[in-house]
Amino acid sequence: MAMLILLWLKCIILCSTVEAVFEDQVGKFDWRQQYVGKVRFSHFDAQVQSSKKVLLATESNVFAALNTRTGELFWRHVDKAGAEGNIDALLHHGQDAVLVVGNGRLLRSWDVSVGGLNWEIVLDSGSFQAACLVGLTDTVRHVAVLKKNIISLHYLSNGHQKWIENLPESENVDYQAVYSDGNGEVYALGVVPHSHIAVVAYSVEDGEIIKQSSVEAPWLSNILASCTVVGQGMLTCVDSATMSLYTLDLNQQSQMTQIPLQSLGLEVAPGFHPVLVSHQPNPAHKPLSEFFLQLGPDQYLLLQLSEGQIVTLRDFKPAFLVSFATTGEKTVAAVMSPKNKTACSINLFGAETGRRLLDTTLIFTVDPNGGKPEKLYVQAYLKKDDSVGYRVMVQTEDHALTFIQQPGRLMWTREEALSEVVTMEMVDLPLTGTQAELEGEFGKKADGLMSMVLKRLSSQLILLQAWIAHLWKLFYDARKPNSQVKNDVTIENLSRDEFNLQKMMVMVTASGKLFGIDSKTGSILWRHYLDNIPSNAAFKLMVQRTTAHFPHPPQCTLLIKDKDTGLAMLHVFNPIFGKKSHVSPPALPQPILQSLMLPLMDQDYAKVLLLVDDQYKVSAFPSTKNVLQQLQEMASSIFFYLIDSNQGRLSGYRLRMDLSTEQIWEVAIPADIQRIVSVKGKRANEHVHSQGRVMGDRSVLYKYLNPNLLAVVTESTDTHLERSFVGILLIDGVTGRIIHEAVQRKARGPVHVVHSENWVVYEYWSTKSRRNEFSVIELYEGMELYNSTVFSSLDRPHAPQVLQQSYIFPSSISTLEATLTEKGITSRHLLIGLPSGGILSLPKMFLDPRRPEIVSEQSREENLIPYAPELLIRTEWFINYNQTISRVRGIYTAPSGLESTCLVVAYGLDIYQTRVYPSKQFDVLKDDYDYMLISSVLLALFFATMISKRLAEVKLLNRAWR
Amino acid sequence: MARLRPFNFVFVSTFLFVVWTGFVCCNNGRRVGDALETEFSGFSVPLEHSFEVDDIAKFSVRGALILKGGREPSVSVTQNQLSEEDRIKLKEVAAVDGLYRIRLPRVFLQGDRQTERQLEGYLTTFVRACAMVESHLSDVITLHTDVSGYLIGVSIVTLPGACRGIEIEDEVDLEVFNTTLSIMAPANAPGPETALFLERMEQESEKKGKNPQEQKSFFAKYWYLILGGAIFLMVTNSAQPPAGGGREQS
Repeated sequence: MAMLILLWLKCIILCSTVEAVFEDQVGKFDWRQQYVGKVRFSHFDAQVQSSKKVLLATESNVFAALNTRTGELFWRHVDKAGAEGNIDALLHHGQDAVLVVGNGRLLRSWDVSVGGLNWEIVLDSGSFQAACLVGLTDTVRHVAVLKKNIISLHYLSNGHQKWIENLPESENVDYQAVYSDGNGEVYALGVVPHSHIAVVAYSVEDGEIIKQSSVEAPWLSNILASCTVVGQGMLTCVDSATMSLYTLDLNQQSQMTQIPLQSLGLEVAPGFHPVLVSHQPNPAHKPLSEFFLQLGPDQYLLLQLSEGQIVTLRDFKPAFLVSFATTGEKTVAAVMSPKNKTACSINLFGAETGRRLLDTTLIFTVDPNGGKPEKLYVQAYLKKDDSVGYRVMVQTEDHALTFIQQPGRLMWTREEALSEVVTMEMVDLPLTGTQAELEGEFGKKADGLMSMVLKRLSSQLILLQAWIAHLWKLFYDARKPNSQVKNDVTIENLSRDEFNLQKMMVMVTASGKLFGIDSKTGSILWRHYLDNIPSNAAFKLMVQRTTAHFPHPPQCTLLIKDKDTGLAMLHVFNPIFGKKSHVSPPALPQPILQSLMLPLMDQDYAKVLLLVDDQYKVSAFPSTKNVLQQLQEMASSIFFYLIDSNQGRLSGYRLRMDLSTEQIWEVAIPADIQRIVSVKGKRANEHVHSQGRVMGDRSVLYKYLNPNLLAVVTESTDTHLERSFVGILLIDGVTGRIIHEAVQRKARGPVHVVHSENWVVYEYWSTKSRRNEFSVIELYEGMELYNSTVFSSLDRPHAPQVLQQSYIFPSSISTLEATLTEKGITSRHLLIGLPSGGILSLPKMFLDPRRPEIVSEQSREENLIPYAPELLIRTEWFINYNQTISRVRGIYTAPSGLESTCLVVAYGLDIYQTRVYPSKQFDVLKDDYDYMLISSVLLALFFATMISKRLAEVKLLNRAWR
Repeated sequence: MARLRPFNFVFVSTFLFVVWTGFVCCNNGRRVGDALETEFSGFSVPLEHSFEVDDIAKFSVRGALILKGGREPSVSVTQNQLSEEDRIKLKEVAAVDGLYRIRLPRVFLQGDRQTERQLEGYLTTFVRACAMVESHLSDVITLHTDVSGYLIGVSIVTLPGACRGIEIEDEVDLEVFNTTLSIMAPANAPGPETALFLERMEQESEKKGKNPQEQKSFFAKYWYLILGGAIFLMVTNSAQPPAGGGREQS
């Protein structure tokens, strides 16, 4: 018996779920793009003249090296997300890159050439302030790390601590900077705000305090913001209140010398805090005595400090960005200044003289759909004739990196905003011109028989023309070698393919940049930067009009809401071309509580978007007369819900004729016991093919398919192991009726939920057993359907049957989503994003509360898998084989034109697009389908019948003669 | 296997029984004059309703709910008859497809004192007035509590639930409420059933151990087939050479 069960189980598993990519399919239907995030620190690897590396440390806690020729990653290290992996400092010297990680928790050294870890040490506790490389007699051997109350020196070769010293008076003095210039001393610079500067000089050898002094500086509050070390160890500060520069010789430490800016003939732009930029080419040598002073948003000055005197070398106005770069013995300053509206020019100037170097102009074209330049990184190199050549990497506000070579050749662009995708949609591509022409014929109003005939003839002619052109192209391409045939996707030749497998991915990123990406190749087809996005914005992307309504262009609406104030704005655009729509969105003066997309359409086939403000007034977009009239007619059947998770209130509202609302139901969950963590409805474009399930005895168990059902997940405020719980409420969004209420005791979040068809799947952490568990709830109406023609929340008096079962899952998860197909015939899979970077495609049949504990004839008839408490992770279920996706945050699924195929996009730090076939490709012929065999067999059969018919006739004739 | 099905059914029904233990009372409202059954911890809260032609809620008392806390919370209701005036109004509201709303205050069932029990705010819900009329005031009201005993929601449905536009001629049908009332606490969601599964596995392995047939090796079980096959092969092999040889000779 057991053998039988086992055999049968194996059979089921083998038959139903073996699906993996074949080796030759790798990269055929899927692609991955790896990102690093917004760059915080960047250094060019300059140890070899021909080096092609640039090191990046980013705000996403990633340390990576890029190829400067192509922009591709050489290697990348992804640290923990959040404050724990935060990169505080990046120091680069020769082969080594030293990182301070996690607010001074770790010190790490990486080998730049291969990206391997040299060493890692744990630093003493204390909040990190600053770090610098310490050199002695031309060689750099140490790293100094300054913390709140200690300073420590470590060997660069192995990380061992050479010495650690307490900082004097660290409870009063705020030590902010550390400085060394190769003379055997390390200076810790601290400030008592609005009182004095404290300077402590330590000996590199043994950490002994050599000098200690405090200098009056009542105007100073922050060293990092207003001071820098220039020339022969001169601490130079700038103060906007007194409009002066102050210098202090760190070696003598007597008092600060004040140099009023007026005496140099300079003036600070009103309301601007001036900034100093200095440059220390080698940590074992003194910094340059030349430095930049920024006086306004677009004015920089190159100044020189010599013997206590400040000389103006050159005034750059207008100039956006400046940067120093050193190659060999030469140091240059690069200055970016505006050229015209769409371009900036970058020029090199000799640092010592301020003289412009010949033939060094580089044109940077500012993308009108991108942000303004924010940072400039310069890679200088010596040409054969000993002159300085350079390349620049420009970082813009939209987190994009652009690498440019002289005289303005764009080498590559990296859109690092895509490392923070917030939400996305997939939009069907438009039809080709000819297809659209045909469609248009049906769309237009009929005007007479003759003209219709002519129109039909003309469109047929166009089709014929297109077909001939296609044939000609085929013929032409066939003569060329394969490698020369290019199939570049550009925005012009975008068109829907046969099975609608290629779509436009519209991605919204946290920085406010929108992207249109071709789902087949992953190439970015358009980008659009919204520059007025609040930093804590929430985004909601909605497709108001699809591509199906030619000649009306498709239309997407992005709702951008400030989380603090609740104020919102709308951005309406064309998802295929990224252009802002000429339709002007309404101004929204009131905070917005809720938005909902109605299935109603205006006369231009745009779906109606309703926005509910904090006065519970409703505004519609578009709000034409037609729409308002439809709304009035429909008002009594338009319901919506609001959720106030702070107070635990769920309330339902109904629309009135005059677009005001009335509250009709209210559910209150005491917020001091449990708080609402997530609310999930069903996806609007979901189709359910089968109304019920056929049981073993041939009766039907009908599904409870309530489109208005909401799954509300709560977590207990009490986090004690024994008392914590996770609550699941299934509420009808129209009537407020609680359909089912369950608590998972001894459990806590984070809870991931998927709600679809008649089931809810959620995952939680069991505090009792210390493991992740999945639970599935399925709702059934029973053996009889109450009203099979239409579902109304107002008329379903019987509560559904609720079945629930739980399983152990051997891994924690990052995100959860369900596959979606065109008609809902294909069986469903759950797509689970794991922290390890895999995307697991788990068949829903494993999460089925009807899995029997004891196998019976009927359950076998029904193909139910016997209950096993553990869900296994099979390696062939990973849809992304070895393409690890770092920090998966979300998975988006979209149906394609093929019922068997579901398009999947996983996004996080990386973006991965693929297709899944939950029931295998039942509607597609295999690649290796033998057309020859089948046609030859057919032909053979045909001839055989012909011949045998002939023979039969002859025989019949013969018999007749006999 | 078949014998286990009744057990399964029993299990399910006990489970349902446990879930529905809160279900208590069905009061037809004719006992308004009777003494309130305020036992030890029972307390009463007003149940209010509202039905207006212009749909602006004006709540008036429909009856009183007597709630009892404790391990198994229970609820019963005493409610008034609909007055002549209300009956006409309800029919009017039903004619314009208005709503029949009910509400009750948020309460804490496990509190000892009145002040502890009462919370700010109401729980409201609604049903179409026509459904109320066509069902002859037969409604099912369910109160939902959370884990700790707070009332979090109320729902009302009528039986039958549909509005078919049937005229109610007899005014008497709209006099008394025929209310089925229940109170439901959240169900405990099951965890993974490891114990049962392990037990079953053990049973199976035991069964395997007891049954000597299963333990026999492959050869022990099928020796006769193998032997037969071998003999057959030998016979066919030995039969061939003479034939071949014969041909060779000729």
